[in-house]
Amino acid sequence: MDLKTVLNWGSEIIFCLCGLVSFNAAWRGLQNEKCRIGTFAFWTILGLIFILGPYLPYALTGALLLVLGCLTAAKQVQMGKFVPSEAAFRKAQADKLGNKIFLPAITIGVVALVLSMLKFSGSSPVISFPLVWGLIPAAVLIVWAGLKFVGAKKLEAQAARKAQRQAGQLAIAGVILAVVTFILSQLQFTVAEGGVSFPSALAIGLASILAYLIGVAITRPKFADTRDDTARLLMTVGAASLLPQLLGALGSVFTEAGVGAVISGIMANVVPQGSIVLGVIVYVAGMVLFTMVMGNAFAAFSVITVGIGVPFVILQGGDPAIVGALGMTAGFCGTLMTPMAANFNIVPAAVLETKDKYTVIKAQLPMALVMIAVHVILMLVLAF
Amino acid sequence: MEYLKLIGILIIVVGFALKWDVIAVVLISGLVTGLVSGLNFIQILEIMGKSFVDNRLMSIFLISFPAIALIERYGMKERAAELIGKIKNATAGKVLSIYMVVRILASVMSIRLGGHVQFVRPLILPMSEAAGQTAIKKPLNEKQRERIKGLAAAVENYGNFFGQNIFLGNSGVLLIQGTLAAAGYEVTLGSIAQASIPVGIVVTLFTIIQVLLADRKLKKEVQA
Repeated sequence: MDLKTVLNWGSEIIFCLCGLVSFNAAWRGLQNEKCRIGTFAFWTILGLIFILGPYLPYALTGALLLVLGCLTAAKQVQMGKFVPSEAAFRKAQADKLGNKIFLPAITIGVVALVLSMLKFSGSSPVISFPLVWGLIPAAVLIVWAGLKFVGAKKLEAQAARKAQRQAGQLAIAGVILAVVTFILSQLQFTVAEGGVSFPSALAIGLASILAYLIGVAITRPKFADTRDDTARLLMTVGAASLLPQLLGALGSVFTEAGVGAVISGIMANVVPQGSIVLGVIVYVAGMVLFTMVMGNAFAAFSVITVGIGVPFVILQGGDPAIVGALGMTAGFCGTLMTPMAANFNIVPAAVLETKDKYTVIKAQLPMALVMIAVHVILMLVLAF
Repeated sequence: MEYLKLIGILIIVVGFALKWDVIAVVLISGLVTGLVSGLNFIQILEIMGKSFVDNRLMSIFLISFPAIALIERYGMKERAAELIGKIKNATAGKVLSIYMVVRILASVMSIRLGGHVQFVRPLILPMSEAAGQTAIKKPLNEKQRERIKGLAAAVENYGNFFGQNIFLGNSGVLLIQGTLAAAGYEVTLGSIAQASIPVGIVVTLFTIIQVLLADRKLKKEVQA
């Protein structure tokens, strides 16, 4: 079996799960007070694109995007009404669980990081899953279950039954892990020349699933509550959750249409060729100004990086990853200074009941200006 | 008319400025740019559809929602609040410094700690104001409260903006990778996340300086 194909299938399964999260919001939308059909349609279509995206004709997906746009433009996608969890319940759980509650959150970050750093390289073109990776954790689980079972005898009847049940569950988990590991270790994967890296989607997906399972083990929640909360989270982010992906799509149209070439053509008349310092300053300033005008660094990034960043910084020898990373955060300096980024600067002022609606921007202004200078310096020092 | 191709940018700028529906504005911008550049309608749909599917990774955060929903219901924010509450000899500047460090680390690990509504207003602002009052041993006047409000909101933004790209699954990192790939440069998510670390460190240091300077200003006003 080709390892890359297998890992890509893994990624597709993760995207299917993302689709299910979207379907969950769609189903919850049917219980909305208003815009039931629109909300249901929006999240259903999004879920379908997630799951069937690679198999549908791209033009059809494009047309579905237009449908999504019509639904949001007509304000047919709405947040449902949710009963918030009780503050007293959350407080009691926080006291009971202590710092254990951070475990799932940390798992997402750390496991995703570790997995995405894995690279299967071809010292031999055929590799198998190392048996010990799964057998050691499986052995730990089974030994833990055994200790729990033995320890249960000292407890009173009710606590003992609970401990025995938990021991049984741990043992089952251990056995399943061992069997899965054994099956995996019997498969032989072929690795293409140059090695195969672990796909990001699969890394983040597996980390999230593991975090969820740990969370379930710690808290023993009602599944209906989790479904409801998940729908609430997605509906709170709302249609804006599409924005990064759509801006990516817009960037592709811009590239195809040659928009970047036009901008760099204009800039070429303004910026003298061959000056790295000027190129960096113009790129950083372009990101800041465009973000201030658009109120969104993501939107500015695709346009300004293709139009200015590539021809005036990267083509002069700048490291693409460093230039890109600093270009984006340079845009964030613009976000700090603009009322256009209302959700970060104007809404919070209202939330904190300030006298002046620009209080937040005023507090951020000195930092933004200093950080712009820092970005120019860092880009010159690190990228060249 | 090469410059006509820039009309898409104009549509974005005007549309965002006038607070039109962002999804519709982006789609219209793409359609119009494609049409004036000589692409036909079906071609534009194909380009957008393909790119949207290729970029599904940018919305991978959906998969983390069940886990996050779970820990929020079981008191994760409340526990974090308690940890911050344990600080001794607090001043507004110290509370905000610690929040900055916690916030940027949370953002690095992609933990949705809060935001202005869920965390700053109910927790960080009251704690900063209380700490400020204790430190100068008298009630804050309106100007001083306004200043602390501005800083509390600002720290939330600093931590959020400049920490998020250090997490390699962040949609910003994915957008950077996607944009560079479209321009012909293949870079790893890890290298982008790594390149975002220096800015995160610098902004944390400057934030601590900014809030401690505010502490000093507060003290001077009392002595004067």
